[in-house]
Amino acid sequence: MKTTGKLRKYIYGVTLFFIALSGFAQMPVFKRYYIADIPGLGWLAKFYVTHIMHYVAAIVLVAFVTYILFDFIFNKYGLNTITRIGYFKIAILSGLIVSGLLMMVKNLPNVYFNHNTIIFLDLFHLGLCMLLLGVSFYSLIRKKLWVG
Amino acid sequence: MASKISRRAFLKGSITAVGSVAATTNVARAANSIVQTKKEPLVTLLDISKCIGCEECVFACKESNAAKYPEPKKPFPKMYPNRVPVEDWSDKRDVSDRLTPYNWLFIQNTSAIVNGEEIEINIPRRCMHCDNPPCVKLCPWGALKQEENGLSRIDSNICLGGSKCRKACPWDVPQRQTGTGLYLDVLPALAGNGAMFKCDRCYNKLEKGEVPACIEVCPEDVQTIGPRTEILKKAHALAKEMGGYIYGEHENGGTNTIYVSPVPFDQLNKTIETGKGKPHLNKVKDMMADGTNLAKAMIVAPIAGLAAAFGKFYLSSKEKK
Repeated sequence: MKTTGKLRKYIYGVTLFFIALSGFAQMPVFKRYYIADIPGLGWLAKFYVTHIMHYVAAIVLVAFVTYILFDFIFNKYGLNTITRIGYFKIAILSGLIVSGLLMMVKNLPNVYFNHNTIIFLDLFHLGLCMLLLGVSFYSLIRKKLWVG
Repeated sequence: MASKISRRAFLKGSITAVGSVAATTNVARAANSIVQTKKEPLVTLLDISKCIGCEECVFACKESNAAKYPEPKKPFPKMYPNRVPVEDWSDKRDVSDRLTPYNWLFIQNTSAIVNGEEIEINIPRRCMHCDNPPCVKLCPWGALKQEENGLSRIDSNICLGGSKCRKACPWDVPQRQTGTGLYLDVLPALAGNGAMFKCDRCYNKLEKGEVPACIEVCPEDVQTIGPRTEILKKAHALAKEMGGYIYGEHENGGTNTIYVSPVPFDQLNKTIETGKGKPHLNKVKDMMADGTNLAKAMIVAPIAGLAAAFGKFYLSSKEKK
């Protein structure tokens, strides 16, 4: 059981790291601030590479979140086991996944979203990502768990 | 400049009323097809065997879109770090031999041998208005938009000028002007460096049921605009008739600009001048295809997650028994 918990944390941590990194790389910042000049990080300035990476990480994240959700339901752990910070992170993750999926749909051929909706989705997705990173760092430092 | 005016004047004078009448009729027909089209994207067909390189379209574009051109504030804010170069075209507004923030259409010239005879080839170049435009889809701020009639355009009031659209565009079409746009009000030293500009296919004219300025003024009827199915049919018929070649139908997964030429495009590509602001005529793969395939693969992700959770639950219940 302990090994499963550790593996879950590892998968979530690695996925979160790559999805956030490739997400920030959607903005033209890594080349501008010389980060892509660091040997081995040149790919951060390649928009198509980071776009694909973001999608792959999103697929892993959605599969992982679905697994956790149904594992929780099948084993009847009970909603009262989720901590306040756990609920907060679930809300942020849900917002990120929904807005991300909508943006994936928006990027399909012959799909036209209202312009204001696109701007809202872009900013909402970025804002939630920064919030999740902040809350995740706080949880890590203060050792706050998802479930108690 | 003087030579340009005299050439234009000469051409205006020498292209007879026959051309004007024909053009007017075609423009009216094109306008009619725009009104009729609600669902299908509008596509422009360019018969480059007709283009005489008079640049009427170039000047009409400049005139029609003058109000959309940037009026940058000088001196430009200093950038930290000084990585992004200043791109200032405000003192070179008359440049018409490449794409700039003040020139959204230009003519590429070359020559080729057709049926043993050397002919001049002139190719009007501007944004291709892709079916699935990477510039629009990959803009991190939603500063670009694609409309249901197939055109894509930049909202220069929102654009921060990071130029991701130019890097994402297979033809490097959007062009940057420093000292204008939202970045001046947000983080002038740290983010963006101006705003991007490109052909918007005269969206404001299309909204009124009018045709884009470049099509309207062309004395040779080089361009035709209409619904995709109709234009593709015309393009193939024209290519068959002249024994010619098509460019733009499959490039980048399909565009809303179709060129028909009597000379193969790979041959033209070798002789036209390409580089900054001068797009190539290479074959272009669908840049968004990988993303589109992965988006479809996303459907499998929740199924896989559910299957894994169910598998784990099933095995543990079996163990308990």
